[in-house]
Amino acid sequence: MVSGPVLWLVVVYLGSLALLITSAFFRLDDFTGKSTSEWTLANLDEAFTTGAYRTLVVRSVLIAAAATATCIAVALPVAFYISRLARPWAKRGLVVALTIPLWAGYLVKAYALRAIFEPGGANGGGFLNSVFGGSPGFGYTATIVTLAYLWFPYMLLPVYTGFERLPDSLLDASGDLGAGTLRTFRSVIFPLLIPSIAAGSIFTFSLSLGDYITVKVVGGTTQMIGNIIERTLLAPNQPLAAAFTLWPISIMVVYLVVMSRLGAFKNL
Amino acid sequence: MQLSRTSRWSLRTITYLTIGLVYLPLAIVLVLSFNDSNALVWPPRGFTTHWWSTLADVESAREALATSARIGLVAMLIAVVLGSLLAFGLQRFEFFGKNAVSFLAVLPIALPGIVTGVALRNTFVRFGWDLGYLSVVVGHATFCIVVVYNNVVARLRRMSPNLREASADLGAQPWQTFRYVTWPLMRSAVAAGAILAFALSFDEVVVTTFTAGAGVSTLPQWILNNFSRPNVLPYVTVVATIVMIISLPIAWLAQRLSDGPRER
Repeated sequence: MVSGPVLWLVVVYLGSLALLITSAFFRLDDFTGKSTSEWTLANLDEAFTTGAYRTLVVRSVLIAAAATATCIAVALPVAFYISRLARPWAKRGLVVALTIPLWAGYLVKAYALRAIFEPGGANGGGFLNSVFGGSPGFGYTATIVTLAYLWFPYMLLPVYTGFERLPDSLLDASGDLGAGTLRTFRSVIFPLLIPSIAAGSIFTFSLSLGDYITVKVVGGTTQMIGNIIERTLLAPNQPLAAAFTLWPISIMVVYLVVMSRLGAFKNL
Repeated sequence: MQLSRTSRWSLRTITYLTIGLVYLPLAIVLVLSFNDSNALVWPPRGFTTHWWSTLADVESAREALATSARIGLVAMLIAVVLGSLLAFGLQRFEFFGKNAVSFLAVLPIALPGIVTGVALRNTFVRFGWDLGYLSVVVGHATFCIVVVYNNVVARLRRMSPNLREASADLGAQPWQTFRYVTWPLMRSAVAAGAILAFALSFDEVVVTTFTAGAGVSTLPQWILNNFSRPNVLPYVTVVATIVMIISLPIAWLAQRLSDGPRER
């Protein structure tokens, strides 16, 4: 019974990943633009030791981390409010209201945020510019805000579920022992929510790290690792593109290991 | 937990502000679909229903919509069958390597789409298979399986094993237990997973971009290609608005279904 789906995941998915990784070790025939069957380490060397590419990877990781941090910072108070302060009949409505935009279309939202951050020019201004008289324009801020906006529901849902599982008695006990709101949050709530946050962050981090379209739409000249993979693949230099994909693959494997240590997989 | 008036007030403000901010971009798209201009700028120039009334003439949009629906349905069917089987098997049976399999089952959504896309493209090209409908469906089904699996496995975990045991004690064969006990309790989770799988496939851009051949254009690709064309751009906002309006009740239904019976 399990063999059908496992076969699909192993053969189609893992098989493709394995082929992709091995393809990074083949030499490119400069003349035909196709990969040959000669083994080489040159692609890996270029992808992993070139300073410019390393900077790009670090930048992508920082952008993904900032988007994730933004999601956490918003999800914590919102989930706390819905779980503990909202009236019981309003809870469901609030959660649905905050997760439904996930269905509104990735590109539509990305371009809607472009219309918001548009710094103004020949065609007129963007929303921020004409309503608030200024916009950070296209760049890091716009990219991070857009990524956080796109993936926020993925963080909210596990954090909200985590809050729902917190027994009231723990919070009351903390209060009875003299802890204020902030102290209770820091010493009781936050540690218990770490698995939920870790679970949500797998999605926000991974989806942001591999994103190359958002950064094209609102990032101005900013580039992320996905842009390099896409450009190299279409160059066409398949082996080098495969070598570049080893960056997100290895970063995500490390990330998943750390998050599973934090208990993320019990909350997925 | 006791909270000061200020904390309560600020938490409520943050929550409603967040809801407002989440809907602002969607509202802007809605408003701009009636804008008498072909640029995505604010404020709108003037009111027109031209884009809405002439949408039916935009053949490329209709074709892209049909393509997306077709791919979404096939990917959904594959995902429902394989994802439910996987969840049922992993929950019900113990076997060697079970942990590895459940880790494998989250990998396609834990790794960025660009990795999946580039990997599948490479495989198709390597074996000389054409990139087209089939490759897109394979790509979509791969992450849709995971979505259905997650939905169904969560439901099965909440289901008490007592029910199954009671059924067996009353003399039911395993298939009867499945038919009359397990299935009625898990079917709404399967339905919710199916809706979610279709929605994800319908909205997917990255895997599609890398696995679609020249002849296949899904709705997101149509959107991507037409945002830079001023004469089609307003139709993109109309299509986006229509998709949003259709998705709302479906999303609500999926939420209800994934909550499961008796727990509302």
